[in-house]
This record gives sequence, structure tokens and C-alpha cells, in this order.
Amino acid sequence: MSVSDLPDVQLEQAQKPALIVGVGAAVLLVAMAFVGADRDQFFRSYLFGYVFWLAFPLGSLALLMLHHLTGGGWGFVIRRLCEAGARTFALMAVLFLPLAVGISRLYPWTRAGWAAEAAKHAPFKATYLSQPFFFTRAVIYFVVWIGLGYLLSKWSMEEDQTGDPGMHNRMEALSAPGLILYGLTATFAVIDWVMSVDPDWMSTMYGLIFVVVHVFTAMAFLIFMASRFADHEPLAKVATPSRFHDLGTLLFAFTMLWAYLAFSQFLIIWAGNLKAEITWYVHRGLGEWSWVAGLLLLFHFFVPFFILLNRPIKRRKQLMAKVALVLIVVSALDVFWIVTPSFFPAPTIHLTDVLAVAAIGGLWLWAFAKQAQGRPLVPLHDPRMEEAVEHGA
Amino acid sequence: MSRPKLYGLMAEFDSPDALLAAAHKATAAGYRRMDAYSPMPIEELAEAVGFHHTSLPLVVLCGGILGGITGFGMQYYGSVFTFSQNVAGKPLNSWPAFIPITFELTVLFAALTCVFGMLAMNGLPTPYHPVFNVPNFALASRDKFFLCIKARDPKFDARATREFLEGLGPVEVSNVET
Repeated sequence: MSVSDLPDVQLEQAQKPALIVGVGAAVLLVAMAFVGADRDQFFRSYLFGYVFWLAFPLGSLALLMLHHLTGGGWGFVIRRLCEAGARTFALMAVLFLPLAVGISRLYPWTRAGWAAEAAKHAPFKATYLSQPFFFTRAVIYFVVWIGLGYLLSKWSMEEDQTGDPGMHNRMEALSAPGLILYGLTATFAVIDWVMSVDPDWMSTMYGLIFVVVHVFTAMAFLIFMASRFADHEPLAKVATPSRFHDLGTLLFAFTMLWAYLAFSQFLIIWAGNLKAEITWYVHRGLGEWSWVAGLLLLFHFFVPFFILLNRPIKRRKQLMAKVALVLIVVSALDVFWIVTPSFFPAPTIHLTDVLAVAAIGGLWLWAFAKQAQGRPLVPLHDPRMEEAVEHGA
Repeated sequence: MSRPKLYGLMAEFDSPDALLAAAHKATAAGYRRMDAYSPMPIEELAEAVGFHHTSLPLVVLCGGILGGITGFGMQYYGSVFTFSQNVAGKPLNSWPAFIPITFELTVLFAALTCVFGMLAMNGLPTPYHPVFNVPNFALASRDKFFLCIKARDPKFDARATREFLEGLGPVEVSNVET
């Protein structure tokens, strides 16, 4: 192992290419919106890219708080990476601005007359989907996310520096209401930003499906990152095959949970067979989009199900890193299948879709790499660390 | 009465580390038929005694598939052949409605196959086992750690194996009579 392998050096080296890809793609994307004059498509692609990348910091935050509450050796492998992810919400708030600009192009409920028409049969919806309220809610979401990420990171660093065991109790005490807040804000956010693209359609399971998208995508990403740094102290002490086995098992659980929720939503809407609801699935599951749904069934459930059942695979970090990368791509396809059919009768992929994913992704990875540097990759003074190291072998 | 036949040789250790080291050395020395006993789980021990492969997962997979087929088949048979009902104009073979039960029976059959398959393949319940003839063996559920090399190991030799075990620094080596 040479110095250039050190996690901090690797992260620093990754920053520049990530920033170049991010800024380059963003410039191209904006240029295409102005030159090509297809502004609608710019915002559609941007919505897809944004919703997909938002899963990384939100999932990191959720897993971080989950670990503070439940403990367990697995969490120490990814905790510092989770904290780095949870410190990127300020960037996500800035990246939200294009959606705010494009609100009238993306959401039918912003059109003149929609509210008056909706008020006749759904007065609550007409009030809920108003621009001032929409923006107020967005501000609340970001305040909650930035606040949780900031406090959990700050106390974790103080714990490292002072060794004060009281910090651990503080983080645990914040994580309980924090997880509830995460559940509320994350589900309301996707209802606002994604579901309201089809304001006449609704599903109560929708928000939870996105919670699984968050933790699934983030877990795959964290496994990939942890596998790169696992040979370095102090992470090497906790990042043993057994811990990768645990992380793989959690990823397996999220795969199952995804299938369970996605199928439950389908079953309920299929059984009800109401015109306002079933069209969503007729469009995505029977029409031109059906082969994408088939791909998801295969690669978001059956393939990872059988791969992640295997103990030997889960214990080998290099293999798990590859599986995780594939599952991140599959998760992007899942978000694409949820978001994009609202705009198109048949599967169409635009250059702007790719550019939006590259732009937001490049910028987010740049911010993540920056945040992940400069701190030890495991919490040094967590009272439960010793136990985790003992059982790590 | 004839002299009791030997089931194997049992070495008693004081610590899990000593047992683990002994198991590694025994495997390295070429012994294959052995078993280790400990009051608590020791993660690497199964691998150390050469426990690599079990066909239980395959049996469980078969149980699961059988459960899935049973679950789907019962509903299909009932809905399509013997008790056909027109529910909200949906086809008789309304497969989405069958999935939950299919899943449940897959899990049920797999779980039951797992439990009973494990018991059967372990030869349980076993009312009599020779290792209990070693007086100290009761301590295996308290604070002692045991390694037993069985007489049916091809490399087993009553004298040489005893010398080998004594070289591993045990508290005691005892004969396990059948």
C-alpha cells in the first residue's frame, strides 16, 4: 500500500474529475435548454436526475440515525461516510433552485384554472398544491435535513476530539425524533416534487417506496465506498468480512422491502381498478413502458435476491462493490420508470437525462468527497466501538 | 463383556483461542473427521474444523419452490376450476391476487424444510451420544472447550492421535468410548 492509496488522498484525487464532469455537464445542459429551446425537456430531465441523487444524502442520513438508535458493528463501517453524505444537503438545496424555476413547466397544478377546478371535488388538494405553500414546505424540508446532518456530524466530531461519552447519548436522543422527521419530510417531499406531476393520481404507499429507494441506493453506494477504504486503518479494524456480510444482508432486506412495497401498491391499485388510479399502472406496466417494468422486476428483485442470498459473495468486498454499482444503476432505472412515464407515452431517453444525472451526480460526488476527507473513517471514541472491534473478527 | 470400542479422542481446553488453534493444527495435520464443542459460538470455528459445505440450502430451495407451486396451484385450482367466481369482471386466473399467498407458502415451506431438514441431516434427535461418556464433557456448556477427533477418521490412530492432541497443550485428553 502506498501513500496514494490513502482514503484522504483517493478522495482528494476524485474531487477534481467529479467537479469537471459536474460543471461540464451542467453547462452543456443549460446550453441545450437555451439553444435547443426545449425548456420543458430540460426540467423533466432535471427532475429525474435530482430525485435520483437526492436518494444518496437522504439515505445516508436515514441509515446514520438508524445506526445511532440500533447500534451494531455494521454501522461503524459506514458511519463516517454517512455523516459526509448528510453534510451535503446545502448543495442539494442550491440544486433544488432549477426545479423552483421550472415549477410552472413541470406541475400541471400551477396552471391557471386548475385550482378553481380542483376546489370543486378536492378542496384540500387545491389548497395543498399552491405555489407559496409548496415553497414553504420545501424550505422546511431543507431546514430539517441540513439541521440533522449538521448536528449529528458536529457532535460526532466533538466525540472524536474530546472522548466525551455524553455526545453519544445526544446523538441517540436526536436520532429518534430525527428518524420520524426524516420519514415525514422525505415522504412529503416526494409527494410534492414527484407525485404532484400527476396531480389527479395518488397512492398512500408512494412515499414509503421512495424511503426504500433512499436507503437502498445509499446502502449500495456506502458499500462501494467502504470496500475501497476497508484495507486502511482505522477502518480495517471494523471493516471485516463479517461486517460486509451484515451490510450485504441489510441491502438484501432493502431489496425485499422494495419488492414488498412496490408490489403492495400495485396489488391495491389493481384490485381497486379505479380509473383515476389504474391508468398509472396501465401506462407503466402494460403499454410501451412495460419492458422497463420487466427489467425492474428482474434486476431490482430476482437477480439481487439470489445474489445477496449467498454468504460467500456478501463476505467478499470486491464482489460486493461490483454488485452495489449495478444496483445503483438499477435504482436509477427505477426512479426513471416512476418519474418519466408521466411525460411520455413510450420509453424515450434524452441526452438531457444523461446530462442531468452527470451534472447533479458530479457535483454531489465532489461535495461528498470533500466532506469525507480530514476525519478518521471510524468514530474513535464511540462507547460501542470497542465491542464492535472485538466481535469484528 | 468385551472392551468398549473407541468413538474417538477428546481434548479439553481452557479458552476459545486454544480450541481454535488446536482445530487449525488438527486440520493442518490432515485430520478431517472431528468436531468441536464450545459453550458459546466461535465465529471461525466451523471453518477451522473443516466444515465447508452443506446441502441444506439446496434442500431449503427445493422446499421453497414446492411451497410456491403449492400456494399458487391451490389458488389457481380453486379459482379457475372448482369455485369460479366473476369478481369485478376480473379474469378467473387473477394472478396478482395469488402472489401474497404464494409468497407466504414459499416462506413457510422453506422455513419448515430448513428446521426439519437441519434436524434430520444432523441426526437429531439423538437420545444417546458417546461424547457424554467423557465425565468432564458436561462442562462444554459451561466454561470448557472440547475438540474430538473421531476414530473413523482415516488418519486416526489411537496412540499417534493421542500424542498429537497432547502436543496441543490441552488440560486433558480422554478416550471417548462408544
